[in-house]
Amino acid sequence: MMTSPAPDPIGLDELDRRIVLATQDGLPLVPRPYAAVAEQLGCSEQAVRERLAQMLESGRIRRIGAVPNHYAIGYTANGMSVWNIDDAMIDAVGERVGALDFVTHCYRRPRHLPDWPYNLFAMVHAASREAALVRVEEIALLLEREFRGACKGRDVLFSAGILKKTGLRIAG
Amino acid sequence: MPGVAAPAASRRGVAATREPDAIDRKLINALQGDFPLTGTPFADVAAAVGLDEAEVIARVQAMLRDRVLTRFGPMFQIERMGGAFCLAAMAVPEAVWGAVVEAVNAFPEVAHNYRREHGLNMWFVLATERPEGIAEVSRRIEAATGLPVHLFPKEREYFVEMKLEA
Repeated sequence: MMTSPAPDPIGLDELDRRIVLATQDGLPLVPRPYAAVAEQLGCSEQAVRERLAQMLESGRIRRIGAVPNHYAIGYTANGMSVWNIDDAMIDAVGERVGALDFVTHCYRRPRHLPDWPYNLFAMVHAASREAALVRVEEIALLLEREFRGACKGRDVLFSAGILKKTGLRIAG
Repeated sequence: MPGVAAPAASRRGVAATREPDAIDRKLINALQGDFPLTGTPFADVAAAVGLDEAEVIARVQAMLRDRVLTRFGPMFQIERMGGAFCLAAMAVPEAVWGAVVEAVNAFPEVAHNYRREHGLNMWFVLATERPEGIAEVSRRIEAATGLPVHLFPKEREYFVEMKLEA
């Protein structure tokens, strides 16, 4: 019985790699950007579009599009809220907090004791510091209500400036 | 590390030089969705938002130039390519802030870097093509700055959604 092979979740073949290299600084701003990439690589436009589609399908590309400078679009408060959550409940808490519509990223990360007791990171973007703090307080109240005793401490680290934001680079 | 003080103006890093107007905002929202994988994607986006193709391209160029947009193109997930991402933080003395920003940003493995209000005041994301590259670049950053780098690898991802309405 023939089955189509599942896309390889990791690893890049030669053409994929060249497409990544050609587009990691951004897409050409021309009417036919995929044709421009193809011309640079000496392959067909169809191949570039198919490979990009496959990389989207396999998750190697999250999406194709624009990343706004969040300060410029009014999200001047970028608070990284960090929480010290009981290990026994961390995944349940993480799923719940990550599902809140104002949380843009939510991760479990290792503590660095004794100075850094926090193991849950939830990024909150808002139009003002006060609005961000209200949202962090909402998270705290939710934890108290639904996971009583799980939260042993918290902090919020506000961003005071973007120093670099280029996205990843692989070497050529 | 020489004691080079950063001027206050540089502390906000790559700030945008202007506000987006109403058409820019409409376009930002449209471009945070999936950019079409068609022969003429800018024309397709233009039709969807009621602009013409040349204006969409010109506005994207202008927004990148003015840093209203920080990127336009595919966003690669390096972990799915066999590589690794890692959040890292340093406690940088104010007296050497500017020089450390320059030294850290010079590493191509540093994908993003933010100043944050905390004792750990510099937070950056490392991206390497091999998982073992994280420890190596961390050691090189320590060597270049003379400061310890704290690594916060992701143990589990609960949610990632970077779209923000403009």
